Amino acid sequence: MADSLPLPVGNVIDLEKVRVTFGGKNKVTALSETSFRISHGEFVALVGPSGCGKSTILKLVAGTLAATEGHVFVAGREVDAESARIGMAFQNPTLLPWLNVRDNVMMPLKIVPPYKKDFSRKKRGEYRDRVEASLARVGLAGFGDKFPWQLSGGMQQRASLCRALIHDPTLLLLDEPFGALDQFTREELWEIMQQLWIEKRPTVLLVTHDLKEAAYLASRICVMQARPGRIVDDSEVPFARPRTIDISFQPEFVSLTQRLRERIVAARTVQEDTA
Amino acid sequence: MNENVRRQILSIVCILGFFVAWEVLCLIFNVSDIVLPRPSQILVTLWTRFPAIWPHAVQTLYTTLVGFALGIAIGVLLGILIGSSRLAYDVAYPLLVGFSSIPKVAVVPIFVLWFGAGTVPAVLTAMIMCIFPIVVNVATGLAATEPELQDVMRTLRATKWEILWNIGLPRTMPYFFASLKVAATLAFVGAVISETVASNRGIGNLMMIASSSFDVPLVFAGLFILAILGVALYAGFSLIEGRVTGWAVRSENFTGGG
Repeated sequence: MADSLPLPVGNVIDLEKVRVTFGGKNKVTALSETSFRISHGEFVALVGPSGCGKSTILKLVAGTLAATEGHVFVAGREVDAESARIGMAFQNPTLLPWLNVRDNVMMPLKIVPPYKKDFSRKKRGEYRDRVEASLARVGLAGFGDKFPWQLSGGMQQRASLCRALIHDPTLLLLDEPFGALDQFTREELWEIMQQLWIEKRPTVLLVTHDLKEAAYLASRICVMQARPGRIVDDSEVPFARPRTIDISFQPEFVSLTQRLRERIVAARTVQEDTA
Repeated sequence: MNENVRRQILSIVCILGFFVAWEVLCLIFNVSDIVLPRPSQILVTLWTRFPAIWPHAVQTLYTTLVGFALGIAIGVLLGILIGSSRLAYDVAYPLLVGFSSIPKVAVVPIFVLWFGAGTVPAVLTAMIMCIFPIVVNVATGLAATEPELQDVMRTLRATKWEILWNIGLPRTMPYFFASLKVAATLAFVGAVISETVASNRGIGNLMMIASSSFDVPLVFAGLFILAILGVALYAGFSLIEGRVTGWAVRSENFTGGG
């Protein structure tokens, strides 16, 4: 792997015996006791059937959901108001319809310190250049003045990626951001995503149910199982980077995705037996 | 001819047609101007007695606009409070619904008792008339804000205030402007009710005096003035609405956002 950049040691994400349950009387365990770590610069994919707790882990780390038991650490500190810089891209582009693409992408610079304090003053022009450069990077040069509804779904998702990365997050959370796209757009965005990761080496947690996507992008894949949600498999992805789409036709790649598929199918069968 | 221009011309012709029909029917059936004056008579009255009418028109416009401005300020604040706090919602909503069910004409004497007849009760009546739709719409707009949009901000560790300012309020703008168009016309109703009951100035007072002396054309002249002012205010807000909330209707010439 292209581990050329010097990375800080330690974990970016650290789940310590975390449990999440919902509901009062008829408790549903969304996540049974789980410990889970991601170190700096890793690209980890969480795969599994729907309802297995993938999104629960993502929400815990994003700080939009509190753990019932246990501790969630992001960059060595418990998840709370003053946590690490996080960028997130969602399944829907979730761009704000009243702002043009440029202002949408600029939004994190308006909210996140230390960019925030310079936002209304001297650095406005600098930020603008930064946004334009980032848009150009994903093939959206010249679209800054457009409004979200004037763009196709793929273009909106590109802008959403730009927004997730504009403030140089230490942790990038991806919640099936390529799920709703057609295959060719998806593969194009995988390539862009991989390039961005190699250049900036953020720590990435990707939630997906596309095994090919996980194997193409991630350096580590965790398989989850439902009822109760837990991690049942954790394996490294050995392929060298930069990977191309051709790699997905190689026998090693096919056998990896095949093995993951079997793991998930097996998990589903167990789940149906106990249900 | 452009489709848009044709539609506008057609609508103008229809509106003029309404007044022409009114005129013609009054002439055919020989309707007395004490019952229903013809539009031409009303226009003549407006023209010849304009010096007597216009101070009243200015007074009504003044009380309406001041009341409307106060209504917007209080309405928006209350709407934000109710829309963002469950407790405020539970407490304020029943009170608000109860209050808005009271006929405003019953409140005017109380205002007169407190502040004396004249401008102040008119302003206050206009204000309480237009608060309700604004509060309801602002609160609804805030409550209807998509949780996904809020999540975007929450992962960035935005404060509640930042979420309100960057997501909640812009999202609420279409609701807010829809309510303004209703509230603007209600503000006129409020001001005129108060002037009718307790004032010696304003269109309401003018119509009151005119009707007691059977000067029906003057009554209708007052109604015309009110209608024109109402339409003007409505049109003004429609114009601003198009500028500010064009994104909501995906208007091609919307260039806001800054």
